[in-house]
Amino acid sequence: MTFFFQNVINALQWGSFYAMIALGYSMVYSILMLFNFAHGDIFMVGAYIGVGVATVLVTLTSSGAIVLPGWLILVLTILISMFLTSFVGMFVERVGYRPLRDAPRASAAITGLMIGIILETGNLAIMGATRVKFPPIIESVTYNIGGVFVTNKKIMIVVISLMFMFALHQFVQRTKWGMAMRAMSFDYVAVPLMGVPMNTIAAMTFAIGSALASVAGILFGIAYPVLDPYMGIVFGWKAFVAAILGGRGSILGATLAGFLLGFIEIFVAMVFPSTLRDLIAYSIILLILVFRPHGFFGEPYSAQLRL
Amino acid sequence: MKNTDLPEAGKQDTFRTSLARIPLLGWLIGALVAVLLEHLTGLRLAEALLLPKVPVLFGLVTMLKTPLLIPSSVFYVLLIYILPTFIVARLTRPLTNRLSAGLFNLSPAVSAVIHLGVFYAALHLWSEISDYRVLTVKLTLIAIMLTLSLNLINGYMGEFSCSHPGFMALGAYTASVFTLSLFTDSRMFGTAVFQAGYGPFLFPAALILGGFTAAAGALIIAIPSFRTRGDYLAIISLAFMFIVKSMIENMEVIGGPRGLGGQPDYANLPAVFVWTVLCVWMINNFVQSVLGKALNAVRDDETAADAMTVNTRQTKMTAFMFGAFWAGIAGGLFAHVLRYVNPATFGIQNLAEVLAMVYFGGLNSVYGSIVGAVSMNLLGEALRPLEIYKWIIIPLLLILVMIFRPAGLIAFKEFNVRNLIRPRG
Repeated sequence: MTFFFQNVINALQWGSFYAMIALGYSMVYSILMLFNFAHGDIFMVGAYIGVGVATVLVTLTSSGAIVLPGWLILVLTILISMFLTSFVGMFVERVGYRPLRDAPRASAAITGLMIGIILETGNLAIMGATRVKFPPIIESVTYNIGGVFVTNKKIMIVVISLMFMFALHQFVQRTKWGMAMRAMSFDYVAVPLMGVPMNTIAAMTFAIGSALASVAGILFGIAYPVLDPYMGIVFGWKAFVAAILGGRGSILGATLAGFLLGFIEIFVAMVFPSTLRDLIAYSIILLILVFRPHGFFGEPYSAQLRL
Repeated sequence: MKNTDLPEAGKQDTFRTSLARIPLLGWLIGALVAVLLEHLTGLRLAEALLLPKVPVLFGLVTMLKTPLLIPSSVFYVLLIYILPTFIVARLTRPLTNRLSAGLFNLSPAVSAVIHLGVFYAALHLWSEISDYRVLTVKLTLIAIMLTLSLNLINGYMGEFSCSHPGFMALGAYTASVFTLSLFTDSRMFGTAVFQAGYGPFLFPAALILGGFTAAAGALIIAIPSFRTRGDYLAIISLAFMFIVKSMIENMEVIGGPRGLGGQPDYANLPAVFVWTVLCVWMINNFVQSVLGKALNAVRDDETAADAMTVNTRQTKMTAFMFGAFWAGIAGGLFAHVLRYVNPATFGIQNLAEVLAMVYFGGLNSVYGSIVGAVSMNLLGEALRPLEIYKWIIIPLLLILVMIFRPAGLIAFKEFNVRNLIRPRG
């Protein structure tokens, strides 16, 4: 039984990465009806930016220039990286998506894919092939709760990601900008005619999605401190599937689907050989989609493909 | 054949109009002569121009490796390829025009076959210079098949399918298991069942079997996917691709993640060429048939097509399975060209490459697919000296193409063989 709960903790941690990335996909998809295939690589860039910021703060602290406690370094790293990564997202939107807004939707997907490849290769060219290590910001403390070992990092990761998801939910549901986003996802054509600034909303969507991806990247870096330029591919595509599974434009759906994917992967690896992980995970997703074509919380819609 | 768009012979013979009146046969014969010239004098000319060896890909690789040799490479290409082709094509113009008119009037089909024969002769002689060229040509031809079959789904049908690497893997593994178990003594499948001599004759059966396996895989996707419209197919096909890859990785019988090697060397250049021609011919006929037009109607407006008595679901399923069939055949050829496959080949990277070729060349167009596949492959080979910067230049190029021509370079253009091979004099 303790083994089971141990895996529940692991699955919660693993699922929170997926959920955070899936939110970015889901938002872009609901508002612009486009797949942002560069999102997985934005997650990677976010993690690298996080490494940079954290390294600077840690060196400053250790050299005695400023004195910051560990938790403050973490908060500052997250906030600064979110700010910086949101510009990456806005840049991707400006270069790859805005010129193609009236083009076939698939063309925008291709530019996203290509920007992703450029980000990966650019990273490889700048940073070289050596893997980057995330600097240790907080001390790892292990708690033993009835035989289940929980580290403070795992709790922190799950809590921080849930916090951001809640904040995003509040933003989308309660603020004027959030209302504009929901309206845009409801009707792509009419809402800009009502005076909602389309370009601002689109840029904002990308910025928020990228900021969340960078948080996911930093949390991932804290849990698994070795980063490489291709880490965004595996996570990105799986989170993409999770976003669709959650239903178009549903924050709750994307979150749940992300956690579901985390649970499936961890528990498949628990029961079966871990090589079967992808096979079983995707088969379950396929089955769910056969019976619920629009995802968990998606409304059936008729998308006239613009091709 | 009277051509109103071309000026009458004997009038002002400017450079452009004189070139426009050379029929395709003239160009092909010119290319053949140029390639023969390379065979005879290429090595000596390369030595005279201080090139280390005969430039394999029109000197593109040499130019990037050692910029000092750019003038020599340009001279080589000019002297060996461009000038002879132009001169021969121009000089034989009256002859080739009369010849192609005669052939055209005899039978367009015969004329097309003869054109293909001349083209193949030139291609064969050109690639004979080095093994590298043979491999590049084979992979390019396979890329054409893949691109065309994906264009059928993404361009003509207007859905977004991500499962092409999966179909390719199904075809590759089925064909490999067929040939390995029947015609070779391998560790995995025991001794050969038939004499190895039968192999090349039954190779088409292996490929077709691979194609059918891929089509069966397509059926699994198609049954749930085509109930609703929208982005459903993109997700299901993506999941399918990962499932196929993961399934092969877990099947120790066919090598698992280590892959499957030692396929017999059946996929020589003529075989690959014939299959590619067959693929282009069949897909081109498909998209120009009633079914192909119905497919376009479904893409543009499904409800209207339904009202016009098009059986939309059946049309989409047929086209999807047809595309998957050709992807399977391309996969089988791919496995026998490289004589080694492993599941890691058929992943996201492969998907990105095929998608890039389709969208670079142009949607809904056979010309576009051929141009996309050939240019992407040649570019990929030519930019090899740049190492990883290649993967910045190619995506940038594709982004620019997408921004300025969102449907690709040559989109929505009909591939008309009759128009291509007609006399122009």
